[in-house]
Amino acid sequence: MTELLTLAASTATGLPLGITEGGSWLLRNAWLIPFLPGLSFVGILFFGKRMPRGGSELGVAFVGLAFVLSLLTAAAWIDHRDNFEGEEVHRAVAVAVAEHGGESAEGHADEGESAEGHVPGHPSLGVHNTVTWFEMNDVAFTVGTLVDGPAVMMLVVVTLVSLLVHVYSTEYVAGDRRYTHFFAFLSLFSASMLLLVVSENTLQLLVSWELVGVCSFVLIGHWWEEKPNSDAALKAFLTNRVGDIGLIIGVAILFFTVGSALPGQFGSFSIAETNALAGTGQLSHTALVVASCCLMAAVMSKSGQFLLHTWLPDAMAGPTPVSALIHAATMVVAGVFMIARMYGVFFEGFSIGGSSINLMALIGGITTLIGACLAFVQRDIKKVLAYSTISQLGYMVMALGVGAWTAALFHLFTHAFFKACLFLGAGSAAHAVHSFDMKSDMGGLRKVMPHTYRTFVIGSIALAGLPPLAGFWSKDEIFVGTGGWGLFGGTGGNGAYTFMLVMGVTTAALTAAYMTRCVYLTFFGEFRGHGTPHESGPRIVVPLWILAGLAIVAGFGNLPKGLPLVPESLQERFGHFVEPVASYFPGISHGTPSWSLATASTLVVLSGIAVAGWYYFVKVEAASKAAGESLTELPDGLTTKYPLARMGHTFLVQKYYLDHLYTDVIAGGTKGPVAAAAYKIDQDVIDGVVNAAGENAVKAGNLVYHRFDQLVVDGIVNNSGRASSGAGGELRKIQTGKVQDYAAILFASAMVLAGVLIVIV
Amino acid sequence: MENLLDGWGLTVATFSPMVGVAVMLLIPRDQEDRHKLVALVTSLWVALVSVLLLIEFDIGHTDRLQFAVDKVWIDVISSHYSLGIDGISLPLILLTVLIVPLCIVYSWNHFPEPHNPKAFLILILVLETGMVGTFAAQDLVLFFVFFELVLLPMFFMIAVWGGPNRRYASLKFFLFTLFGSALMLVSFLALFFLTGAESFVFTDLADAVAAHGVSRTAQLWIFGGMMLGFGIKVPMFPFHTWLPDAHTEAPTVGSVILAAVLLKLGTYGFIRIAIPILPEAAVEWAPWIGMLAVIGIIYGALSCLAQTDMKRLIAFSSVAHMGFVMLGISTLTDFGINAAVMGMVAHGLITGMLFFLAGSVKERYHTLEISRLGGLLVQAPRMGWIFGLCVMASLGLPGLAGFWGEFPAILSAYSPANGVPVETFRTFMVIAAVGTVLAAGYLLWLLQRIAFGTPPEEFADDPHITDTSREEWIAWAPMLALIVAIGVYPNLVFRLSDGAVDASLHECLTVNASELTADQAEALGCADVYNISVGDGHGGDADHAAAGG
Repeated sequence: MTELLTLAASTATGLPLGITEGGSWLLRNAWLIPFLPGLSFVGILFFGKRMPRGGSELGVAFVGLAFVLSLLTAAAWIDHRDNFEGEEVHRAVAVAVAEHGGESAEGHADEGESAEGHVPGHPSLGVHNTVTWFEMNDVAFTVGTLVDGPAVMMLVVVTLVSLLVHVYSTEYVAGDRRYTHFFAFLSLFSASMLLLVVSENTLQLLVSWELVGVCSFVLIGHWWEEKPNSDAALKAFLTNRVGDIGLIIGVAILFFTVGSALPGQFGSFSIAETNALAGTGQLSHTALVVASCCLMAAVMSKSGQFLLHTWLPDAMAGPTPVSALIHAATMVVAGVFMIARMYGVFFEGFSIGGSSINLMALIGGITTLIGACLAFVQRDIKKVLAYSTISQLGYMVMALGVGAWTAALFHLFTHAFFKACLFLGAGSAAHAVHSFDMKSDMGGLRKVMPHTYRTFVIGSIALAGLPPLAGFWSKDEIFVGTGGWGLFGGTGGNGAYTFMLVMGVTTAALTAAYMTRCVYLTFFGEFRGHGTPHESGPRIVVPLWILAGLAIVAGFGNLPKGLPLVPESLQERFGHFVEPVASYFPGISHGTPSWSLATASTLVVLSGIAVAGWYYFVKVEAASKAAGESLTELPDGLTTKYPLARMGHTFLVQKYYLDHLYTDVIAGGTKGPVAAAAYKIDQDVIDGVVNAAGENAVKAGNLVYHRFDQLVVDGIVNNSGRASSGAGGELRKIQTGKVQDYAAILFASAMVLAGVLIVIV
Repeated sequence: MENLLDGWGLTVATFSPMVGVAVMLLIPRDQEDRHKLVALVTSLWVALVSVLLLIEFDIGHTDRLQFAVDKVWIDVISSHYSLGIDGISLPLILLTVLIVPLCIVYSWNHFPEPHNPKAFLILILVLETGMVGTFAAQDLVLFFVFFELVLLPMFFMIAVWGGPNRRYASLKFFLFTLFGSALMLVSFLALFFLTGAESFVFTDLADAVAAHGVSRTAQLWIFGGMMLGFGIKVPMFPFHTWLPDAHTEAPTVGSVILAAVLLKLGTYGFIRIAIPILPEAAVEWAPWIGMLAVIGIIYGALSCLAQTDMKRLIAFSSVAHMGFVMLGISTLTDFGINAAVMGMVAHGLITGMLFFLAGSVKERYHTLEISRLGGLLVQAPRMGWIFGLCVMASLGLPGLAGFWGEFPAILSAYSPANGVPVETFRTFMVIAAVGTVLAAGYLLWLLQRIAFGTPPEEFADDPHITDTSREEWIAWAPMLALIVAIGVYPNLVFRLSDGAVDASLHECLTVNASELTADQAEALGCADVYNISVGDGHGGDADHAAAGG
């Protein structure tokens, strides 16, 4: 009885983790969702070629099932979020938790058996389910699922976009040289991505992180016969590997740092434990800072943040559905999701609350600007969208950096739809004209491709962020979340990130302008390509319309609080269901929506559209008429008139020269001079020493030990040689060669040395 | 059955190949099919016995020596015929007995020039005895005999069936390794005589050292000698230069065995002999081993980037990969050494496969010059995909075996054992992590140049370039399956190794220093080396964390 009481007391004083082992069946068995596409990968791999539709039917069916299951899981979560009354998991920690009074917790710190306990919890606990993967040093390494708001949201987004992309691809890549293979890897990608979003620990996160990376590699290099494609694939993989250094080190630091706070365990990968401990200030701040910086490097590569973003535009070498799914809607947001997942760590590590600048916000802000600038100088429609993706990912990272967690995830959510819509639209247009070059092969497509045109425009407006389309709402939330809008009394939030707000608003104007340019070049003017393009078939158009529809309505999922005419039960639904209210999530504050800010940002967007629209729809159009052909820019534009503008333009066209730095200087240098030098040292110095030593030893040996080795030779070596003889003269030549002599010398000297050693030490 | 295995299992597994050799010696040389059959049956029989050993192996006590035999062997020098396996030896024995039959199957119709299957297969079987014996031996003299037994067949294999530069390569391999062996022998003898141990049995020696039989200086010297001997075999930078030459010249099967098993004899020596017997010296040497390991990682990778020959590149990649294994070992932690055992198995499977593939490429294209190759995926798609998979496994992709050797090794370097300098190892951790990028670089560039693109003109219509043959499939399928299986479920290896690794480490290395009282430290005999000074919390985990890398 006393024992029981002790147990109860100790668990009650442990650290609440914000997770539960209970919950509905669907939430506990979310592993089924990644499992289904995983199954279809294996199926397509082994039987795909023998199936009537080359395995694509398997992919569509299983991803479709996963989508249905995700929707059911989402429904289960919505119920769970408000009505769950189960037990919460607590964890004994080495140091007392401040809120619970120190003494008792410390007293039980060493009791391994009372390490975990359950006490009545509250709604919104994440649903946790694990199995042991392997054990080492009495620590069980688990694999499992942590299902909560962000995970469920991602499950729905990933399966939905993946399903649409699967359907789209059945037409888009029809007749491709590696049709089956394409679908196999789409499935593997979906499985890995879904595994990533339900990851319960950082090890599993790292595993799936790399798996999505390799799927990206394979799919970018899908047409590997052409060297530029395989170059792009390699660049993507290697750049991501650079970031992965950070991921590996960051995960290692957190593993041991968390272990130091948990009794009887030398480390832990558990995300819930890591975040909960970070949030209660039990982990060394230095360790958290270093870990955050390391993990940030991983985010920079995976989510295309400034400095490591250069692989993403090149990744457009892959088939367009891949770009839509992997390089716009899902994989590239893995970094954003990782920050969101480990927010306890980042929030503490970067001291996000109450500050006005930090590394994450700064990187996000810079990325959003430089991405938008580069989008202006692209000829390739997919590259415009790629740079736009970089820019939008910058928004998300910036939002997380300023503490606007919900805004970031909401932007991730809306962006997935409108950007997938734009990419698939670009693919549809390119499918018709057999090129991605807007300037030389597109133009005037609105007449022949009405569906593609309309959906693309909807996507563009959503991306530009005009109300009431999706992008407006999520972008506005990010602006609010910066807390930097001082004009009419501030908007609250976690700090005063005015600088980030300025960068964000500037980008909004740029975004509106480059999308206007993109729409004009693709759909207006006269057709500049060859042949007669026509609208794509239903398997392309229907996904486009679904995504366009979502690009219109997705923003209503999180209408701001206090919006007139909207019932309160429809306000901030996304935030309510997605943002965790649990111990593994830091207590962040939320900005207050501001009419003035929304108005201002809308005006900025409109002015961006106006400037670009005036240039293209008025000036270029007029110049085209005058010239009698469809122009793509003014013959006497800024860059021809002003050298400074021309320099700026060149700087952008050269992508800030970062590619030269990475590819030519760093990669080329390592592959070339550095590797050559290392190898030269190897051959000339190290091996030179070896060869010289060998030759001299032989000379000395022959001189001194000539008698001695004759004795040893005959006995041992000749016999063993004879046993394996038969290879004729070759073998005998060596037998009678010098080897045995050397061997004997060595052994004799070894004996002498042994004697010397025994005598002297 | 159980009793029979208990007493004889290991002996049978070790010496059955010699029986096969005896039979083959009686068969005339021109009856090639019969030779192949005998060799295959023998190797399969050994594999079967080993699988039976695995089945009978008490998985709950992997730390215990099982199927142990201990008979006085050479009384004069107190050497015992002592065999036994625990969770560290078992995976390596299984790896060995798997690789050998696969090598025999692979060479079935493709014996390298100058042909002569009889001699070739006899050498392989002799090798098998040496390899299995090394992993099973529990006595230093016996260990040494087996360790050296491996040398000769491999020497002949390179010298007779090797490439154009085979004489130089084989000689270099032989002498270099022998040089290490000599120093190793010196250490063994010194250890025995200085401790005055009862016998050469590992446990006797460890007990004698623990009873303070040897001075610190002597321990350091002895460890240094062993380090050279084992380190050359591994091979550790800067003793690696024999390896690229040996690999480049060796016949395919020779390279496979060399990479898959022979290199592991060195790392196994560290784990089985050097560290358990001389833990104090290990602590002193650890930073140096770790340093050479990370130099090997970076340097091996850079050398890979400079290669123009596919096989030589794979050979240099071994230097880098074994660097990860050595890094894991040098942390002297349970975690790191488990990673090392995993790394050994994974490297054996993956690099073994890569050498198989190099051999098959050579057979089809008659060259391994990377610049002349290309478009393998077009001409032999299945082989191309297998190659891709192995490249991914080799660069440490999670979900495949290589990852579980690499990642835990890097992880363990963050928090090495008591007494090992933490900051130094955290630096190593970062350098090793950089090595993973370089690994991805040279492997993917290799993949790109060999497999992607279109076939070069000279081979475009070559009818000899066919996809994977039946023998290749049989030889490769088990290895590929294991690469995936271990990658998905690493417990296959960790479950075996964990208990044994933990038991092999001196308690002072693994104990949580911050939880240790002065009396306990005294009782354990944790000397100053381990830096366990009680009271100030130095060396505790909390401090490790605070230092933050």
